[in-house]
Amino acid sequence: MKITVDEDKCCGAGSCVLAAPEVFDQRDEDGVVLLLEAEPAEHLRPAVREAANVCPAAAISLSEA
Amino acid sequence: MSTPSHVLVAGASAAGLATAEALRRKGYTGELTLLGDEPHVPYDRPPLSKQVLAGAWQPDRAHLRTREVLDALDARFVLGDAAVSLDTANRTIHTASGRALRADAIVLATGVRPRTLPGQENLRGVHVLRSLDDALALRADLLRARRLLVVGDGVLGAEIAATARGLGVEVILAGPQSAPLATQLGPLASGLLAELHAENGVKLRLGAGVEALTADGDRVTGARLSTGEVLDAELVVVALGAVPRTDWLEDSGLVLGNGVVCDSRCRAAEGVYAAGDVARWHHERLGSLLRLENRTNATEQALAVAANLLGADQPYTPIPYFWTDQFDAKLQIHGVLTPGAEVTVVEGDPAGRRFVARYERHGKAVGVLGWNMPKQARLHRQQHLTTGGTR
Ligand SMILES: Cc1cc2nc3c(=O)[nH]c(=O)nc-3n(C[C@H](O)[C@H](O)[C@H](O)COP(=O)(O)OP(=O)(O)OC[C@H]3O[C@@H](n4cnc5c(N)ncnc54)[C@H](O)[C@@H]3O)c2cc1C
Ligand code: SF4
Repeated sequence: MKITVDEDKCCGAGSCVLAAPEVFDQRDEDGVVLLLEAEPAEHLRPAVREAANVCPAAAISLSEA
Repeated sequence: MSTPSHVLVAGASAAGLATAEALRRKGYTGELTLLGDEPHVPYDRPPLSKQVLAGAWQPDRAHLRTREVLDALDARFVLGDAAVSLDTANRTIHTASGRALRADAIVLATGVRPRTLPGQENLRGVHVLRSLDDALALRADLLRARRLLVVGDGVLGAEIAATARGLGVEVILAGPQSAPLATQLGPLASGLLAELHAENGVKLRLGAGVEALTADGDRVTGARLSTGEVLDAELVVVALGAVPRTDWLEDSGLVLGNGVVCDSRCRAAEGVYAAGDVARWHHERLGSLLRLENRTNATEQALAVAANLLGADQPYTPIPYFWTDQFDAKLQIHGVLTPGAEVTVVEGDPAGRRFVARYERHGKAVGVLGWNMPKQARLHRQQHLTTGGTR
């Protein structure tokens, strides 16, 4: 699985961090999403899918490989 | 209820799509149909009053998913056809074009429609902003106009005023409150918003409601306030809030009252659920019926509905959350900022326009507001608003 984020779309909601704190964080200055792990380990994937789905700005895309 | 073999979703936007996606993620392999009255593939509404209206984004950037991702969902999209009635007992939706769609379970996700002023439909130069087509029509007119009047001092009106100023248009913002979003945010934050708008050249005509639009023939010329004052404008946007789109459900036997009334599981009747702006459900922890009009709720409620459709039997008890962008201010609002709450700045400084405020009632934190401090606001939410979470 590979994660890409669209920083322009991100509204700083932080829903992704609530869903998958091991994989996402937010920048201090403007809250924009920070990707900690672009290719997360197997056990984190369900949480990442959840994070992508709850992002209210649809800023997170996943490609399953 | 056993797992349905066909789920039909009415309303193919944020909540409808999220329901379908959540069902698939949770392993649902049955038939899936999304019915929407708009001709477009699902798109997002928050950018409409911001990036799309400003022209910073081409309309397709607001699409929620690419074609490929939608195809992979393995759902049937019936677009450009409106649901006109629901036969609840037979779980059948009849559409404007004469289709009869039958399913084992139905999800109502038809959202809300903007409130209007009497007679505005017959006037040129008057807009509402709900759909992509509304946003493009308003933008086209804004590029030609000199002066815009925004009727409504809530979130949408304030955002439109800010975006229009960014396009160089003269803007008057009219509404009954003392400051934009005063009832939603309380005096501190709404006072700062009023300052921000004034500094950026928005003329605030607050404290008086708009009574009627004025016109010359079929062309709008402005509006008359309850004080008798007349405001002139070439273009008017009416942003007076919205009403749930339940008109088509009148004969369904469902309980309707400011939305589709649901139990704590977001269930309106056996096999019939509601999600998003249209749903008014019983929030167990708050102990009351609640209807939320925000983007996060559309997704989170859809997740709850999908889980319950597959037998989870879980109550939906979210912490409400919304954001708004106006000029250089990005506000994040977690929880419920009841009027009269006690407000304490817990981080940053309002004078520097970067802060987090905590809202308390009877000594208990009820909400957190971040002003250009999204991450810190989220951390305070996690610290103070632990009860009532979705997970
Ligand atoms: C301009 C704008 C800006 C916003 N900005 C923010 C923001 O900054 N932050 C935030 O939190 N929220 C914001 N919101 C609110 C957020 O967009 C909504 O809460 C969210 O879109 C709700 O999703 P929904 O799927 O429930 O309803 P909707 O998105 O309204 O979708 C309902 C869909 O159902 C269709 N439909 C209706 N009736 C029928 C019928 N009879 N048959 C078939 N289809 C039907 C509609 O055409 C629509 O496509 C904004 C909304 C608007 C309009
Ligand atoms: S949930 Fe989405 S919008 Fe919010 S911080 Fe994460 S990526 Fe950004």
